[in-house]
Amino acid sequence: MKLPVAAVLAFALSAGLVHAEPVRQGDLEIDAAWARASIGTSRPGAAYFTVRNLGDEADRLTGLSSPVSAMPMLHETTVSEGVSRMAHVEAAEIPAGGELTLESGGMHVMLMELTTPLKEGATFPLTLTFESGGEITVEVPVFGPGATGPAE
Amino acid sequence: MKLTLAQKILWVAAALALVAFAALVWTGGLRTSSSEESAQQAFRPEFRLEDAAGRPVTSEDFRGRYRLVFFGFTNCPDVCPTTLSEVAQVMDGLGSQADRVQPLFLSVDPERDAGAELAEFTSAFHPSILGLAGSPEATQAAAESFKIFFAREDDATAPDGYSMAHASALYLIGPDGDWLRQYEYGMPATDILADLQNRLEGSLP
Ligand SMILES: [Cu+2]
Repeated sequence: MKLPVAAVLAFALSAGLVHAEPVRQGDLEIDAAWARASIGTSRPGAAYFTVRNLGDEADRLTGLSSPVSAMPMLHETTVSEGVSRMAHVEAAEIPAGGELTLESGGMHVMLMELTTPLKEGATFPLTLTFESGGEITVEVPVFGPGATGPAE
Repeated sequence: MKLTLAQKILWVAAALALVAFAALVWTGGLRTSSSEESAQQAFRPEFRLEDAAGRPVTSEDFRGRYRLVFFGFTNCPDVCPTTLSEVAQVMDGLGSQADRVQPLFLSVDPERDAGAELAEFTSAFHPSILGLAGSPEATQAAAESFKIFFAREDDATAPDGYSMAHASALYLIGPDGDWLRQYEYGMPATDILADLQNRLEGSLP
């Protein structure tokens, strides 16, 4: 019997069970990518991932692009003395042998000027540009509006 | 009595230790009493805002119920969803007692957060969360009444060129309208739920 792969995949996605497979290119590996469902297109979305640097030299994440957002940017949320704010981050370093983690309440990709709502269960491509590692594109699964991590 | 140098040093060290100990007791005591909610000066935060349909809503409308209050804005895709999803977990966890707690989301960005989109935002997390917004003056008055900080910050890399810095804790208001405590940003939903359940069972105010 042949499994209806598309149906299984659609179900798994809707249940939020699919983790993006790690994508390795050169010395860099992108893992645990996910995004939070957006409220329509008039409110920004947020996406997260982990970059592992398996090489001997540091690299820097310097750019982002995606067909779902006309203005994707690296942001960092900071909470100091109980007050939270977001600030733009020009570039983020991935130390040799280390990793850079984007996570809820910390560094995130702010997906502004959405061209399409980020719907739970869908996926979209996100291209990361690294100083030395070049461009790497990952497929980002969209979890619910209340999701807080890649395991949900 | 003549003291040797070593004895003098010891006496000085002992005196210093005593002072340090006293300071520790004193500041420790202060900390305990300030975290003791009952010892805090009681105050009643108030607000006069509007729901998504434009109906006026005031703090008085929820008399008899606990109010779980969060200040935020809908163009906040990182911190605000994190906190609102915690609120959703708390409300689900309360089960049959959920109707004794009203979660409120007060917008610090009324310019962009009014009407249906505010409701769309809050209901994406939990149907019980009520989103409220008002005029800039009413928003300022609400924040002052809760003694919380918020500010508009110009930022070319944010939607519409600005972002809002805001206090990101959850505030608990008692059934009679008195401020009870805050839950710091990042406090696990299970801890907030346990605290609320203690109160609903009457073992805490
Ligand atoms: Cu941001």
